[in-house]
Amino acid sequence: MSEKTYKPGNYPDLPPPPGTVGVYGWIRQNLFSSISNSLLTIISVVLLYYLIDGIIGWFFLDAVFDADSKIACRKIDDGACWAVITRRVGQFVYGFYPEAERWRIDITFLTMFVAFAPLLYPDIPKRKWLLYFSVFYPFFAFVLIMGGYFGLQKIEYSLFGGFMLTVILGVCGIVCSLPLGILLALGRQSNLTVVRTLSVCFIEFMRGVPLITLLFVASSMLNYFLPPGTNFSILVRVIIMFTFFSAAYIAEVIRGGIQAIPKGQYEAADALGMNYWQKTRFITLPQALKISIPGIVNTFIGLYKDTTLVVVIGLLDPLGIGRAALADTKWNGLSTETYLFVALFFFVSCFAMSRYSLWLENKLNTDQK
Amino acid sequence: MWRNEKSREIIVQIIVLFFLGWFISWLVMNVNANFEALGKDISFEFLFIPAGYDINQYLIDYDSRDSHLRAGIVGLLNTGLVAFFGIILATVLGIALGIIRLSKNWLASKIAYWYVEFTRNVPILLHILLWHGIIINTLPHPRKAISFGDVTFLSNRGFYIPKPLAESGIELVYLFLVVAIIFSILFSKYCKRKQDLTGIQYPVFWINFSVIFFLPLIAFFLSGMPVSLEIPALKGFNFRGGMHMSPELAALTFALGIYTAAFIAEIVRAGILAIDKGQREAAESIGLKPSKVMNLVILPQARRVIIPPLTSQYLNLTKNSSLAIAIGYMDLVATLGGISLNQTGREMETMLIVMLIYLSVSLSISALMNWYNSKVKLVGR
Repeated sequence: MSEKTYKPGNYPDLPPPPGTVGVYGWIRQNLFSSISNSLLTIISVVLLYYLIDGIIGWFFLDAVFDADSKIACRKIDDGACWAVITRRVGQFVYGFYPEAERWRIDITFLTMFVAFAPLLYPDIPKRKWLLYFSVFYPFFAFVLIMGGYFGLQKIEYSLFGGFMLTVILGVCGIVCSLPLGILLALGRQSNLTVVRTLSVCFIEFMRGVPLITLLFVASSMLNYFLPPGTNFSILVRVIIMFTFFSAAYIAEVIRGGIQAIPKGQYEAADALGMNYWQKTRFITLPQALKISIPGIVNTFIGLYKDTTLVVVIGLLDPLGIGRAALADTKWNGLSTETYLFVALFFFVSCFAMSRYSLWLENKLNTDQK
Repeated sequence: MWRNEKSREIIVQIIVLFFLGWFISWLVMNVNANFEALGKDISFEFLFIPAGYDINQYLIDYDSRDSHLRAGIVGLLNTGLVAFFGIILATVLGIALGIIRLSKNWLASKIAYWYVEFTRNVPILLHILLWHGIIINTLPHPRKAISFGDVTFLSNRGFYIPKPLAESGIELVYLFLVVAIIFSILFSKYCKRKQDLTGIQYPVFWINFSVIFFLPLIAFFLSGMPVSLEIPALKGFNFRGGMHMSPELAALTFALGIYTAAFIAEIVRAGILAIDKGQREAAESIGLKPSKVMNLVILPQARRVIIPPLTSQYLNLTKNSSLAIAIGYMDLVATLGGISLNQTGREMETMLIVMLIYLSVSLSISALMNWYNSKVKLVGR
């Protein structure tokens, strides 16, 4: 190759060395940068191959989507027997809610997104009008689901079940526990000894015992603490327990947020002559809540997942429906299919929540880091 | 008086106290009225009458003629057992995943990421039921059990492994083990002092490890191998002998371990990422080997960030083990708060005991954590 000469300043940019750019370069840097790394890659590929091969075969290729029983399934193919789900999909979604009235659940569920939209997305157009709807929504949802007014057929609580029950428990628990959690967090930081001690006791008690014992209390003991003759639905009692339980966790998360606010903020507020409630409303909470968003959403996700525990006290959430299906001799032994289906539902909803929290965190991030 | 901050605070507190007292007395009155109507009282005597139910997995001797109290203790020990296994599994898996998640290998890191996302977004109860279902429904009957060298068996009745039985002469092995441990402690101290004085480093870990491992081994052969193995054998429809891990315990251990591992992985990752980049760069620039960078610079600092959330995960695991009741593993909630409650009808007393036990465990561990935090807190500033 002949040597070329260039004038100073006119030397052309050389291409980067081969193996550092493009697909090949990326593979080399990210998968085969050293011997141990290459080994790890090979192990991962083999693992993935068997996993994907097995999953696709079992889930789709060899699966049976409709049959009369497990035995009928096995006669057709030896993969998953999804018939246990497809035959009972109505129960999995609505529980034992009367079939003719299920449109009420559909409408409530769809309008829930409209009601939540202005709360979740601050930039949404016509936010103010939507907010009026959000305030009005709980009454709307209650009437529509329970019935008994406006000529709607009254539905008993005991018929609720399936994913609908999960969503009802989760949303009610989440909506009620945030305000209570904020109050508890403020109480724990309060100057008033009595208020502080009470908050600490409540929080520590709720965080110290397993949720399942609280649910037992709700199902078997709560009536003892109420005037004789009072009786209200197990659903309400369970929602109260969920609210208390997750409020305690939220309180701790928010307390972390409050403690992270620099002291100068309070001193500045004092210097402006603000009183306690002004300080809380305009200085403490806006900053503390913003810091604690990831923790709050994690608590919500935890609460949402914990709604499955109601199966232990006999409510028919998706797991309860699944267990009832498995108790049927026709479907006996199809536990993997049933539980994986329910797991998929939880994965989708919880993953969506955690993605939303990431989005909100980025949006509110005013840090100049 | 209302305008003075001090007096206002006192008035507010008195009002709160008044309402609290009123609320509590209202609750007590209600309980009294309800109990009177039902003809019940509060008494803990039921603890000492025979329980009358069987428990299939126990660490201390138990049969159905023993008291409710003993059944409760068996349950408590079972809770401890599953928490112990679960914590070991969760820690090992979680740390491995957390480190893989940070690895430069794109593929491995993505696999770890999706593992974490899939596992932690599915309720723990589902994990437990899923594993239980897999063990019960897909593993073969004891007669066709999967065996490893005909000594360890997997079947839908649980896992059976050989059980070591000590014979006479084992004392020598124990003695040698104690000697080895004492030696290694003294040796570490000696090496530390030597290093402080001269800067010479000895391979302390490997020397201690081989002493503790080989000394008892030598004693074991010297005394004529005083350990025999009781190998599980198929008798009738199930195995007899050996150590038995019931399907419930196995399912619960897997589920709790795998679920909590996802959270631990995130904690470990966050802990390592929290260490300033400069620390690693500085350590590398003074010529430390990668393993020393990790062991001497990164991990000691990351530990401070990792340990508090890690303990709270351990606590969560222990509390989550109460879900055992869904698959019939006899833990504290299933014995005392489950069958004993149903048999005696003493909801108040049993739930009170169960809650108090969990509460005291949680509170003492948090107290320990606070003490640890104050000990390792960065001093100064």
